[in-house]
Amino acid sequence: MKATIEILTDIRPECDFNASKNFMGDGLLDSFDMITLVAALDKVHGISISGVDIVPENFQNLQTISNLLRQNGVVL
Amino acid sequence: MNLNFRGKRLSGILAVVPANERTFLEEMKNYNFPEARSLKLKEVMGYNKRRMVTHGVCVSDLAVAGMERLFQKNQLGRNEFDAMILVTQSPDHFMPPTSNIIQGRLNLKQDLLCLDINQGCAGYVIGLIQAFMLLDQDSIQKVVLINADVLSRKTSPQDRNSYPLIGDAASITIVERGEKEAVIYADLKMDGTRHAALIIPAGGFRLPSTPDTCILEDAGDNNLRAKDHLRMDGSTVFNFVQAEVPKLIEGLLARAGIPISDVDYYLSHQANRFMIQKLADKLKVPQCKMPNNIVEHFGNSSSVTIPLAITYNLSNHFKNNNSQVCLAGFGAGLTWSAMLMQLGNLDFCEIAECA
Repeated sequence: MKATIEILTDIRPECDFNASKNFMGDGLLDSFDMITLVAALDKVHGISISGVDIVPENFQNLQTISNLLRQNGVVL
Repeated sequence: MNLNFRGKRLSGILAVVPANERTFLEEMKNYNFPEARSLKLKEVMGYNKRRMVTHGVCVSDLAVAGMERLFQKNQLGRNEFDAMILVTQSPDHFMPPTSNIIQGRLNLKQDLLCLDINQGCAGYVIGLIQAFMLLDQDSIQKVVLINADVLSRKTSPQDRNSYPLIGDAASITIVERGEKEAVIYADLKMDGTRHAALIIPAGGFRLPSTPDTCILEDAGDNNLRAKDHLRMDGSTVFNFVQAEVPKLIEGLLARAGIPISDVDYYLSHQANRFMIQKLADKLKVPQCKMPNNIVEHFGNSSSVTIPLAITYNLSNHFKNNNSQVCLAGFGAGLTWSAMLMQLGNLDFCEIAECA
């Protein structure tokens, strides 16, 4: 979770990701930020998140991102 | 739609790129995003350099420059081919067909079938399919397939979704009869219900261009574009590609009885680097077999990215060797297409710059 927050904050330093449950809806991330985030998560965790999973529902908040990482074998 | 062809081959490929080169760094200030955020995206997507036509240059200009070069270098005879197909989304005019304009400018014979096809990023495979079908006619011995687009002219410089990606280019592929036993497998699918995902809304008969359609608008994503500009719903297109293209390729290879690992090169349309990396991962194809460097050097030039990938990365290889290749295109329509074939021993395989 900490690594995810660091990546998110690196992408959007001005945003508080702990305070939102809907990153896309609250304007913290757009679809291109989502791609930047996936590339960083892939690199940090040594995984390749499937392209079909790169949808807003999986990047709504810290919990959904953690769920996606667990599906990809990341132990959090 | 499953299609098989026998006794056809590609004998030469020339890519034509404008000399004018632009960089993402010099254009970044045009976008309504913090530079640091754009720079992160640059690394992931492969935004770097791209080729753009200068003011007023059209598809027929790129095509004529390439064809004249082939004639001058004796790589193609002026009256040696019987059909000329042009695949483009940016014709010189609505009327007449741009392929006829090219025929006229090159003083080609009248006994020539000229055909425009309005297709985008899936258009290389679709153009080849059309060329192969024409070669089933006794009177057609050789087909020239031209792929060309100048879509930078229809993209808003303040649209970070599209403008940093778009490149202009043309390619000329010579298609002729080959060994009778050689089978080429193709598959293509179309879904017009999703046509709005890649569209230039105004300028046609549905919504003619007016002073209003030139007005820049923010669709809520901090990008400014007019109805006269190209619009790409990036998320929809990305998800469409990841969901549909691997299935199409896997089905094509299964039908041909070829394991994924037996294909020497996967030459995919290159919309952006990230998309191609994800496709390679999904198919479990090593990235060395699926080049992804065309956007960073030339930009996304619609149906020309596949021939550009061939000529830029594998020119010597394909002049001297024969390899099993899988081509895959996807884009406007929505349309997605794939082809499995032997490619190689080409008479020419090169890139030319034009002014």
